Amino acid sequence: MISLTDQPFEPGALLTAFSQGRDETGAIATFTGLARAERGATTTLELEAYPGFTEAAIDKIAQEAKARFALDDFQIVHRVGAIAPGEPIVFVATAATHRRAAFEACDFLMDYLKSRAPFWKKETGPDGSRWIEPRDQDHADIARWESTKP
Amino acid sequence: MARVLLFGRLSDVAGWRSRELDADSIAALTALLSDEDADLAEALARPGVQVALDQEIVRGDAALTARSEVAYLPPMSGG
Repeated sequence: MISLTDQPFEPGALLTAFSQGRDETGAIATFTGLARAERGATTTLELEAYPGFTEAAIDKIAQEAKARFALDDFQIVHRVGAIAPGEPIVFVATAATHRRAAFEACDFLMDYLKSRAPFWKKETGPDGSRWIEPRDQDHADIARWESTKP
Repeated sequence: MARVLLFGRLSDVAGWRSRELDADSIAALTALLSDEDADLAEALARPGVQVALDQEIVRGDAALTARSEVAYLPPMSGG
């Protein structure tokens, strides 16, 4: 399941709900990304999506992850709109029979979300606003999956 | 009239997010936008800017109809 929300969410509650009623899933991995204050340099983070297009693009890669890592299930929740430091921006949960697939699929999905998913991110602080683009590290992270593609 | 959408830094540069414009191809539309706004022209020409036609990424040119939706997408960053 993929959802975009302009409201704060509680990762613990999402994990509790995601874990319910799974008697064949041996492993669940989750990742929660939080907005950083950057020592006062960032007071607000703004995330923009392209409604419809963004969900469809994430679903395409999530289906790829589901097949590649033989996932039982996944959940992705991503904030849009204004986000305060300390608030969760993104939650990814993956369910699989064994832990390696769950960990790797979670890692893969996050690498994709950081640099390929249709979001645009602006940091605002005392010195003004700036748009954030993927760092070299983000590109290197996603390249790892290309080179090990089965 | 095609519906034109700008995202991220492109909408900040242009000062608008959505407009209806007459153009019969993506190339003609990009030329139209670039002619009327030099700052937007520069921003659209930067590396990594992609174009989506009716919510599908297109590379190169494509014809537009009155119902087309064209989105200009700067480099993406989530998480």
